Amino acid sequence: MLALFTDRQWLWGAAEFYLAGWMLGTWSLVTRGRPSGVLVYILLAVGYLLQICGLGVRGQAVGGCPLGNAFEISQFTAWSALSLYLVVGVTFRSGLLGYLTAGLATALTLISLAVPGWDATRRAHIFGANAWIEFHAALALFSYGVFALLALTSLLSLFRLYSLKSMHLGGWFSFLPSVLDLDQIGVRLLGVGVALLAASLAVGSAYWIQDTASVSAAKLLITVAVWVAYALALGLRLKGWLIAKRFAWTCVALFAAALLSLVPVDASRRPLPQTARTEP
Amino acid sequence: MNGALFVIGATHHQAPIAVREKLALPGEAAGRLQQELIALPEVRELALLNTCNRVEFYGVAAHPTATGRIQAAFCRQQHFDVTEFERFRLDLSGRSALLHLLEVAAGLDSQMVGETEIFGQVKEAYAAAQAQRGAGPVLNRVFQKVFQAAKHVRTHTAINLGQVSVANVAVELARNIFGNLTTAQVLLLGAGEIGEKTARAFLNRGAGTLTVASRRMDRAMELAAQLGARALPFDQRESRLGEFDIVVCATSSPEPVLGAGLVAAAMKKRPTRPLLLIDLSLPRNVDEGAGRLQNVFVYNLDDLAKIADENRRAREAEITKCRRILSDRADALWPQVEVQLRSSNGIPKPSAG
Repeated sequence: MLALFTDRQWLWGAAEFYLAGWMLGTWSLVTRGRPSGVLVYILLAVGYLLQICGLGVRGQAVGGCPLGNAFEISQFTAWSALSLYLVVGVTFRSGLLGYLTAGLATALTLISLAVPGWDATRRAHIFGANAWIEFHAALALFSYGVFALLALTSLLSLFRLYSLKSMHLGGWFSFLPSVLDLDQIGVRLLGVGVALLAASLAVGSAYWIQDTASVSAAKLLITVAVWVAYALALGLRLKGWLIAKRFAWTCVALFAAALLSLVPVDASRRPLPQTARTEP
Repeated sequence: MNGALFVIGATHHQAPIAVREKLALPGEAAGRLQQELIALPEVRELALLNTCNRVEFYGVAAHPTATGRIQAAFCRQQHFDVTEFERFRLDLSGRSALLHLLEVAAGLDSQMVGETEIFGQVKEAYAAAQAQRGAGPVLNRVFQKVFQAAKHVRTHTAINLGQVSVANVAVELARNIFGNLTTAQVLLLGAGEIGEKTARAFLNRGAGTLTVASRRMDRAMELAAQLGARALPFDQRESRLGEFDIVVCATSSPEPVLGAGLVAAAMKKRPTRPLLLIDLSLPRNVDEGAGRLQNVFVYNLDDLAKIADENRRAREAEITKCRRILSDRADALWPQVEVQLRSSNGIPKPSAG
């Protein structure tokens, strides 16, 4: 069944469902003043399944985890965030989180599909024959998915704090989770993200020690800096020195920085270009 | 009126509180009266909705004199003059009676528009009617459809969003900060009426524990006993402030009893857990500077009144939309009820239990 469409066709389908979820959420907020929780969730779930198919086709074609260019990295990050949302979203019961996740997934998938340069070439055999390095890369990007969700819950936190301080509790503010719930989920996501990135770095460093020339200093420095920044934020939060609005802003800013850091990290890899798209 | 759906009674719209006090039916008396009325040959089916804002008899008449008999029996029991009752009387039949019940169950007819308690009260009224065999095929269908419609209105409009009383707004704020209140520790400073009302609202919404502190320890102990709370000497509020999540400040002190420095010191012991300070005192008892601290939320009487006002306006804006939905429901349901009324005409009424 996967062979029915190309990888990009599957991924376009996924992006359209994410877009539909985001548009439905926007319509619901504007006309009804409330997020459309269940329907957005269903649209995201369908998009997620299509994205799995697309990434599966691409993975089969490249013979590994599809993380060979900016397009694949963006798709994988969106998929990671969705994976977590579909699990966390059910217990969190926040329609607004679904709406924001739909927005993020739409942006990441549509932009990556729309910019041809991001998928014009890809590095072949980036992991060699070593599955552990592939695991390292997948873990690192999955942690970015966690940080993406953390950034979204932090945005919700900022909205909630604004609504409480400005005494605007009606409208769509009434669908925001409580300050304490958002804070707890934020700390948990931060802890999970830091642990995943730490595991990824540990796996990567075990192979870097054997061949220090295999990774550029820039990539090493930036990825370690991202982990240190998040770990520091976690430590400060647990100590009670980084709380409430400052904690939320820090998480949003760190994710923006982490996303930006992907550009030099990706560019620092050894260029081994090959055509990216799979044939039908 | 033979075989017709009707509602007769008195509500807060027409009857002032002094009249409603006289018309109020205590629990046992309501049960007895309902049994008596169900047994009337003129009444085929009957349900009694009895709340602090309304006494309403919903029923199906077996004879045109049914509502007159009910009115007479009710006034006799309450020792209330029938002519006087007629001045405040609500008397509707057919589709209008159906629409009225729809609006009542959805909270549109409530004094506090959109309140949800009435839905439970209508359910209780229906359950009581069923238990006493007052509900037959017509009322069964009507009430079940009414419950569906009321739920639809609540979930598809913003009619019940936002609280409209000061005490409930305080609780709503707490829920926006702490979510579930079961682990929240509440401290009430002052033992006056408004503080007590707010403390009760917190307890009703499941607040974890309540502690009462007042300059008069005997009054604090008395109120604590009434509320099932603990009492705390007033001068210990400073050293123990950090133990509480929500502080309701309602003292008559002319000066702040919670200064910014004191709140800052308390927050050092619990930096990651928010602190909600509800200041119901005039002059204000919580230093304004406390609100600028991280994770500290301060609201005074004006703030609460402003939020309540906004919520009230938002609910009122939804009324037209709700009325349209309920009117459509009444239009769809009424033909079915008419069929049920015609077919139940020849069937003997359910025997009272």
